[in-house]
Amino acid sequence: MEEYRLNVFKKASFCRHFENEVYRNIQNKNIKFPAYLSAGQEFISASIATILEDTKPAIFIQHRGHSVYLSFGGDPVQLIDELLGRKTGCAGGMGGSASIQSVEKNIFGHDGLMGSQVPIAVGYCYQTKRPTVVFMGDASAEEDFVLGALGWASTKQLPILFVVEDNNLSILTPKNVRRNWGMDEVAKAFKMRGFNSSDNPLEIDHFVKRAFANSLAPMLINVNTTRKYWHAGAGTDGDSFDRYEEELKELQAYDIDLENKKIVSKLWQQQLEKQ
Amino acid sequence: MATTVRETIKEIIRKHLLEGKGKCFGQCLTAVGWVGGTLPELYEEDGMVELSMADVAGGGIVVGAALESRPIYTVRYQGFLWYNAISIVNYAAKSKELWGRPCTLLLRGIAMEGGIGPVAGSSHHSLLHRMPGIKIISPMTPKEYQFAYDSYMSEDDPYYISEHRKSYDNTDEFENVIHSEADFTIFPISITRFEMKKVKQLAEESNLKVNIIHQVWIKPFVINSIWKTALESLKFGGLVTDDDYVEGVASSMANELSLAASKRVWTMGLEPRTAGFHPSVDNLPPSAEKIVDKLKCIKYS
Repeated sequence: MEEYRLNVFKKASFCRHFENEVYRNIQNKNIKFPAYLSAGQEFISASIATILEDTKPAIFIQHRGHSVYLSFGGDPVQLIDELLGRKTGCAGGMGGSASIQSVEKNIFGHDGLMGSQVPIAVGYCYQTKRPTVVFMGDASAEEDFVLGALGWASTKQLPILFVVEDNNLSILTPKNVRRNWGMDEVAKAFKMRGFNSSDNPLEIDHFVKRAFANSLAPMLINVNTTRKYWHAGAGTDGDSFDRYEEELKELQAYDIDLENKKIVSKLWQQQLEKQ
Repeated sequence: MATTVRETIKEIIRKHLLEGKGKCFGQCLTAVGWVGGTLPELYEEDGMVELSMADVAGGGIVVGAALESRPIYTVRYQGFLWYNAISIVNYAAKSKELWGRPCTLLLRGIAMEGGIGPVAGSSHHSLLHRMPGIKIISPMTPKEYQFAYDSYMSEDDPYYISEHRKSYDNTDEFENVIHSEADFTIFPISITRFEMKKVKQLAEESNLKVNIIHQVWIKPFVINSIWKTALESLKFGGLVTDDDYVEGVASSMANELSLAASKRVWTMGLEPRTAGFHPSVDNLPPSAEKIVDKLKCIKYS
């Protein structure tokens, strides 16, 4: 498990430093549109991508998806170019931060309507029968059409993993103001496997390693996490728990942290110099 | 016996599923009548896929399937597009431009009128018309429907076919009527096209010389030189007739035609009010009598 944790940390560390660079480039106005930072939540996608490395699932994402894109192998240079609005970006300079994709890695872009990726992922999975992972936030999960899509995926027993990145906030409105139910409970009501987890990589592994064990069965995992930065743009809501700092200390992975910081910084510098 | 529009649709879908290994999605597809008799009696193992009654999710599911195939999506009433069209116009129609990934699906929406209330009645093609990336066509004859399907299969854009139940028994094709010097040119859409035979007769009785140019394509709307000439030589102007509200497709077409030929082009469609169920509060497309009255009114005003 130590190797697994280190592999997850490597991905998460790359994502963290990437987002820190995005943060800086929003502040210095190199990025000229709303960007949705995934820092603080990176252990969810880093863990799932590590666990499903051999499965090579199709991925459906939405905004705050930089870490998902990077964890599942999306090209970081193409993402930088996308954030700089260039035609060489992963969505041809059209997708900005919220509608990123990778054709090579089978990562499908999002159209901007909260939760729309869920029924679309279900339809894709139904058509192809390929293992599919769809990421959503705790607010998107409340969309009525998300619930309808969960129900149909269960009825058709599709090989799909629903991942709720639950940072407890819809912009700034906490979950307990919006609803009194959990997505794991909803999943169970729809007769699929439903779990509630922290963003500890070991806990995620415990649930997700069985996601496609029975290839014809959907599963939902609601992962409680913490958004490090604002809903959009560069700013913080205040000090909060940071899984990254916890793992960094526990694994004593300072060399990985430093190395990724250098790599990411160099990538950004190289791309910015091309402007 | 001549083939009807209904039989044409049914045969197209049968071949799409059994020979093309495609899929047809929708709600209550196997209900009594198989959606106006337009569907072959096939089941999920053949590609006829029943969705749940979650309309918005259903539209998204078909869009997802369209990322790897060319599905047909049957929506039983055009008014249900308020729910079903969201992912089609916002994802499928944008996918090629935004991500370079075509998301090709054929959406069938069926219109009908008469005693069907505030949502299910009439055409709703204007609802989709404003969005880029989708093509809209309204075939009312067997050959036109086959043309619409063949066009869809030869391209990689999402298509919306604006159908009308009253066309399903039709076996005839329409021909345009163009005079060298006419008073008016009518550009009828959808079910209003079936009024044109009577319009021509009533107009002649009223000493009105009327061109009739049938509209199959709604989007893209390309004005050809014959139409332009026919408009330019008019004494009075043009008229677009539709069975949707005029603040949409009809007005847009009228504006394009007017700009192209420097002639005034009027519109007629549903009245700007909600339809009720009882005949006294229904809202029907313009009849031949009303259309000719409008022409006379323009002529003598």
